[in-house]
Amino acid sequence: MSRLKILALLPLAVALSGCNYIVLAPAGDIAAQQRDLVVISTVLMLLIVVPVMALTVLFAWRYRQTNTTARYEPDWDHSTKLELVIWSAPLLIIVCLGALTWMGTHLLDPYRTLGRINAERAVDQSKSPLEVDVVALDWKWLFIYPDYGIATVNELAAPVNRPINFRITASSVMNSFYIPALAGQIYAMPGMETKLHAVVNHSGTYKGFSANYSGAGFSGMHFAFHALDDKGFDGWIAGAKSAGGSLGRAEYLQLEKPSQNEPVRRYGTIDSDLYRLILNMCVETGKMCQSEMMAIDAKGGLGHEGLNNTLPLAYDKYARRGTTLGPEPTFVAGTCTPEAPQGQTTAAIKAPLDTAPLLGAGLKRPTFAPLKSSSFFLGQRPKSDS
Amino acid sequence: MSPDLLKLIFGRLTIESLPLHEPIVVGTFAVVATGGLVMFAGLTYFRVWGYLWREWFTSVDHKRIGIMYMILGIVMLLRGFADALMMRLQQALAFGGSEGYLNAHHYDQVFTAHGVIMIFFVAMPLVTGLMNFVVPLQIGARDVSFPFLNNFSFWMTVGGAVLVMASLFIGEFARTGWLAYPPLSNIGYSPDVGVDYYIWGLQVAGVGTTLSGINLICTIVKLRAPGMTMMRMPVFTWTSLCTNVLIVASFPVLTVVLALLSLDRYVGTNFFTNDFGGSPMMYVNLIWIWGHPEVYILVLPAFGIFSEVTSTFSGKRLFGYTSMVYATVVITILSYLVWLHHFFTMGSGASVNSFFGITTMIISIPTGAKMFNWLFTMYRGRIRFELPMMWTIAFMLTFVLGGMTGVLLAVPPADFVLHNSLFLIAHFHNVIIGGVVFGAFAGIGYWFPKAFGFKLDPFWGKLSFWFWVTGFYLAFMPLYVLGLMGVTRRLRVFDDPGLQIWFIVAGIGAFLVFLGILSMLMQFAVSFLKREQLKDVTGDPWDARTLEWATSSPPPAYNFAFTPVVHDNDAWWDMKKRGYVRPLLGFKPIHMPSNTSTGIILAGFATAMGFGLIWYIWWLAAASFIALLAVGIGHTFNYQRDFDIPADEVIRTEDARTKLLAGAK
Repeated sequence: MSRLKILALLPLAVALSGCNYIVLAPAGDIAAQQRDLVVISTVLMLLIVVPVMALTVLFAWRYRQTNTTARYEPDWDHSTKLELVIWSAPLLIIVCLGALTWMGTHLLDPYRTLGRINAERAVDQSKSPLEVDVVALDWKWLFIYPDYGIATVNELAAPVNRPINFRITASSVMNSFYIPALAGQIYAMPGMETKLHAVVNHSGTYKGFSANYSGAGFSGMHFAFHALDDKGFDGWIAGAKSAGGSLGRAEYLQLEKPSQNEPVRRYGTIDSDLYRLILNMCVETGKMCQSEMMAIDAKGGLGHEGLNNTLPLAYDKYARRGTTLGPEPTFVAGTCTPEAPQGQTTAAIKAPLDTAPLLGAGLKRPTFAPLKSSSFFLGQRPKSDS
Repeated sequence: MSPDLLKLIFGRLTIESLPLHEPIVVGTFAVVATGGLVMFAGLTYFRVWGYLWREWFTSVDHKRIGIMYMILGIVMLLRGFADALMMRLQQALAFGGSEGYLNAHHYDQVFTAHGVIMIFFVAMPLVTGLMNFVVPLQIGARDVSFPFLNNFSFWMTVGGAVLVMASLFIGEFARTGWLAYPPLSNIGYSPDVGVDYYIWGLQVAGVGTTLSGINLICTIVKLRAPGMTMMRMPVFTWTSLCTNVLIVASFPVLTVVLALLSLDRYVGTNFFTNDFGGSPMMYVNLIWIWGHPEVYILVLPAFGIFSEVTSTFSGKRLFGYTSMVYATVVITILSYLVWLHHFFTMGSGASVNSFFGITTMIISIPTGAKMFNWLFTMYRGRIRFELPMMWTIAFMLTFVLGGMTGVLLAVPPADFVLHNSLFLIAHFHNVIIGGVVFGAFAGIGYWFPKAFGFKLDPFWGKLSFWFWVTGFYLAFMPLYVLGLMGVTRRLRVFDDPGLQIWFIVAGIGAFLVFLGILSMLMQFAVSFLKREQLKDVTGDPWDARTLEWATSSPPPAYNFAFTPVVHDNDAWWDMKKRGYVRPLLGFKPIHMPSNTSTGIILAGFATAMGFGLIWYIWWLAAASFIALLAVGIGHTFNYQRDFDIPADEVIRTEDARTKLLAGAK
């Protein structure tokens, strides 16, 4: 039996040897389980697909017009038994597949923390997983290692057999974070966080990329994923630390600007709060963070005076040209707190010219006035400076 | 002139908007313009403009409108396929440091345009055209319920197509992918006219699609011949009914989601930004609530065609009519419960994902039942392998593969590794080409003699068939393989040289499909030249079963001189069996709708309004809108909407047919 199996797999093996079928032969446990589901489902469906295809060919041949020996029953159009079979056969397969789907989806939910390193080993709960914060930028990947205080661009490394917890967001548009060798993909979306839990079992260098089209530089938006042994990983961290370079808010704002085919970069020190600020779209000093705004909203907002909170945050600050007919893009200034003394805008605050209540520090008064007829007809207004 | 005045007149349209610096586009324009001029000159020289205008453009005859839809679909197929070839070529070239021959700006437009055109302006017109032509004939009606609306719907679809085509030469098309996900499609990242072309092209065409859906539902519900109960309707009519129900229920969602996106783009609302309570995820949900039913809108009529074709060419009643109907209805309903499977990877919880995964799989049960029904229709039949039947067999073999990979993608953990990959691309081309396109071709081959009075030439047809089928497999099987290698879609350049061979094979496949399309055009031309040899005088060239074959080929303007009475599912088969004698006496005048130019004028203004909005030429948009209203209201005062075909003319037409039939015997 086993020999037969091997023989059956031979053509597959030949095909596999030539190319890198990474989805079918991954290096991480999650991807391997996902691969298993792909294979099992396919086999399950072949149970019905193969007979259907064979019958199609058989019937087409058997009942061809020239074959006058075949039975011809022009009025035969119903058979309760056959109907039962043709409805219940797919149904049975879908029942099996459905059960498999329900279990598989829950067990392989990317938000679920890992229970095992691989089929043989459970996760050692005493050891902490590796935390990595991922940011999809236009058009490169930023990886922040909060526990090590380093960050890299377009290069990711992780020790073998240690669970990795990814927190994923994006700076501007939707991307999809995907390392086929490690685990399935998940979208990276601005202002939102998705999660992925995974572990890599075999050392090596694998490809990672964005799997969701995100604009002109999309093709170049890939990175190397190094799966290293513990020693190698420590060495890699040390290398990144010694690389110098520091990633603070100002440097991030530079980095975030659209660029294509970026080389690998490493930052030895980082602003520890950076990921939170990116996620909340308030890296620029003086902007109110989304989380603060949501906290205000959760308490019922600020009433009439809080109207300004309804002005959009401009997360797309480099690209946004403003709409033709709408207001100029603007943002809500942050409130300064002891924790964030730079909550105030760095720009000089001018004294308000009119006596109406001031609605927010550093905030340009929104133009509620109707559109000027000239701008209405003549297209775009000048670019906003915010 | 002052820049302000220029802006007032031309909005943001400037001389720089013309892509004069892009040699590929200029070349294409030269070819299209020359072709257009030659055609224009030819039509003028042969003085057919008047004829075209009176007999076709302003026609409210469902058969002519159906044929015009088909022509639109085939013309747009050439454009959409040109995009496909460009993509295949780019992806076959761009290896080992080569940038290929398309820059990102151009390539991103090409793949977006390919998707939009193939779905909205190829598949939809082909399907709508077939439904328009066939359904009234199949139910024994003289026309659709609202003939003027039908003409208007067609021209709105053309208007949308014109806008999309205009983007090739004036400005640019969207660079967002065919569903234009925000934030990428929002003003911030797509400040140019591309996305506006996308929005207004689809909005204008969407009006046409929705109205045509209402029209056909009404036609099927109200205009069936006496005796044709719901459960005696031909399966194609059933699938058309379900498709149009889907259209009416889902296209408004598309209209609304695009309207919200245009509000974001034009007046700075925040429906699909990440702040101010808006969310791009909402767009993704909404667009797929339209988008998933859309694929069933396309494939259900194809299922109907295969049912008709299988039963006709097997010389046998359709197996399991009742379960076929229920399967269709179940698919219709379920198609609304599966949209989330297009974005399992957006971070929904495991329970939500598995719910949508399982509902998706459930759809494969009625679909599987249909497959078996066709199979058992062939069983103990006498199968004639005419072209429509060949397409049907090719469909059955191809579609089960596409269905299988589809169910595979419905398993969320499997989708996590295959989503957005070339495996996904292979899957949906597998079902769209294997299902919808093969179905449309089967339908064209099957009903062509009905529409024009002569059959299609089998030699070129078979050539086209084999080119298409082998081309399809060569083009898309490598994409399945590449998907398993983790290659994602919409990439413009590649690093790994090991992948190149697969893209080259896919490119060869696409080229074979190209030969298939050429053979098909050749088939039309050759058949036209040999039309006397291929002539169908009986009106029933395939020994078929449903009512459309009871009348002449091509049918007279009034379809049936006497409304047929139906006693069986296969009405015409039943009539033939019971020795039906065609009545030769007692003809009466027939009440028919008059042609009108209002539809084409309205659609013209709608297109102009779209163009004005795209380029911010506000005066044009406003003027066209007012004109649209004025003409629309003005048309309500047109009381010359109908006329009677005099009994004499009916007698003359029917006598001519009597002679033809006598000659045939």
